[in-house]
Amino acid sequence: MTPITPYHYLVLSAALFMLGVIGVMTRRNIIIIFMSIELMLNAVNINLAAFSQQLHNAVGQVFAIFVVAVAAAEAAIGLGIILAFYRNKETLNIDEMNILRW
Amino acid sequence: MFESILFYTLAAFILGFGVLVVTARNTVHCVVFLVANFLCVAMIYVMLGAEFLAIIQVLVYAGGIVVLYLFVVMLVNLKRGPDAAPDRRRQSRVGFVLAAVMLAEISAILVYSAARPASAVAAAAATPLQTVGNTEVVGMLLYTDYLIPFEVASMLLLVAMIGAILLAKKEI
Amino acid sequence: MVDIYVVPILKIVVLLSAVLLAVTYLTLLERKVIAWVQVRLGPMRVGPQGVLQPIADAVKLLLKEDITPSRADKWVFTLAPIVSMVPALIAFAVIPFGATVSMFGHPVSLYIADVNVGLLYIVSVTSIGVYGIILAGYSSNSKFPLLAGLRASAQLISYEIAVTMMLVSLVVVAGTLSMVGIVNAQLSQGVWYVFLQPVAFVILFIGGLAETNRAPFDLPEAEQELTGGFHTEYSGMRFALFFLAEYANMIVVSAVATTLFLGGWLRPFPNVHVLSFLGFVPGWIWFLLKTFVFIYVFIWIRATLPRYRYDQLMRLGWKVLIPLGIANLVVTAILKVLL
Repeated sequence: MTPITPYHYLVLSAALFMLGVIGVMTRRNIIIIFMSIELMLNAVNINLAAFSQQLHNAVGQVFAIFVVAVAAAEAAIGLGIILAFYRNKETLNIDEMNILRW
Repeated sequence: MFESILFYTLAAFILGFGVLVVTARNTVHCVVFLVANFLCVAMIYVMLGAEFLAIIQVLVYAGGIVVLYLFVVMLVNLKRGPDAAPDRRRQSRVGFVLAAVMLAEISAILVYSAARPASAVAAAAATPLQTVGNTEVVGMLLYTDYLIPFEVASMLLLVAMIGAILLAKKEI
Repeated sequence: MVDIYVVPILKIVVLLSAVLLAVTYLTLLERKVIAWVQVRLGPMRVGPQGVLQPIADAVKLLLKEDITPSRADKWVFTLAPIVSMVPALIAFAVIPFGATVSMFGHPVSLYIADVNVGLLYIVSVTSIGVYGIILAGYSSNSKFPLLAGLRASAQLISYEIAVTMMLVSLVVVAGTLSMVGIVNAQLSQGVWYVFLQPVAFVILFIGGLAETNRAPFDLPEAEQELTGGFHTEYSGMRFALFFLAEYANMIVVSAVATTLFLGGWLRPFPNVHVLSFLGFVPGWIWFLLKTFVFIYVFIWIRATLPRYRYDQLMRLGWKVLIPLGIANLVVTAILKVLL
């Protein structure tokens, strides 16, 4: 077996990112779309960590921590919007979310 | 050898759980698969020598954010997912086409860059080894070079907290 | 070869069997202590003074029918007890039971791993345990478990903030995240951290009660309101797993509090030389004694205090413990810089 190089991690990260894209594109449940976005953010973090190891520089990990912080903020706001939306329209279908106002 | 086995096993688990997240019918099952996926990603971080990042991944993602998701799923508690919308098929097809185009794009970039090993990477690898992955190193960077982004991130979290309360509360 | 593979595996096997045995006997201890508090005898029938009661209980639970409700979410229903048991057990990996001792001519360290993020590891692993409760509540497809699951998750998330804040102020004092490093820091500073951080100690103890769902914070399993809580629909061995997870969590919290605040394996007053005759007791016995004191206090509190109401619980967590925790952290940081 060939030793594990950063390219292996990049391929893994690209595949995971694509899974997230497919989830966002094909699912209509807004919570699952949010989860697919989290998958994509994780793919980005794998990339950053792999480059951090390759370049012997911890800055990549610092960036990954910022990504986690942004993901936390995004989840809080996004789930708040979902709850408010659900209270008004009794559905989680993203196709119903098309009026741009309450 | 051991590293290869570990990597391929973890990669298989990550992608497998990822597929399950985007295909499962039941939203709660999706959340469970997402947690499993995040735990495997944390192990990848440990393999990459980023222990602190791995712990943050488990603590913030698996232990915090996804609990929030599960909470919301249980609060709205839908028996039937909205995936039974009428024009589902057309949109799925468009989605898959777009995803395939993007996959082709990313793999083209990967093949292109793999074919020409960049000299910059080799030069960087030759620089003196610095211990990465230590909590101390990450903390040092976070509180010196990246202090202002760190403060901005804390402001972002504060704003998100207030915003979430405003959005979720019925009457302020 | 022996040092890399055999010794750690042996340690893991010994530790897991010891923990599981301790957990089964904790159930007996709890019943006996509560009985004595209430001037009863407790279990007396199986064996002399009832010492074989845990074994009888285990046999009974193993032989009982394992019921899955017909409308339950089957595989999540099976997964939930495992998810709540595993984090409780793997948290023991970084707890140091003693300093290095020599055994059969080999130096053997009395902990499985000493990672440099040990304390964060324990916090993150215990934060996974909440999934067992939420998933059990959801998958039973029944009102009371669902309510209990929601309550439990809200309670755990709220108290986790206060507890983590306390751990941060402790780390500021110790200057390391490694569990062994924290005990060694107490040795070199010559004082147990319970004397340096009394507020942190009290809040960690209250938070520990809440995180393990023990009285007076046992809202998720309040019998009178919820007919038993998130494990209402469980029976047989799966119910036993929830039960064991609760007691294993209790041991984890006690062991962590011992390590962080009571000096782990150190003897009392490690800097007073008059007391050095206490050093003839091995370190791991000190550790187990201190942990036992914590566990006894847990049981004692359950026998003494009435249960909190849900809004009181939340008010205590968010309006008292978290502000206190932040204030304690700020004061600790200022003192650390000034001194």
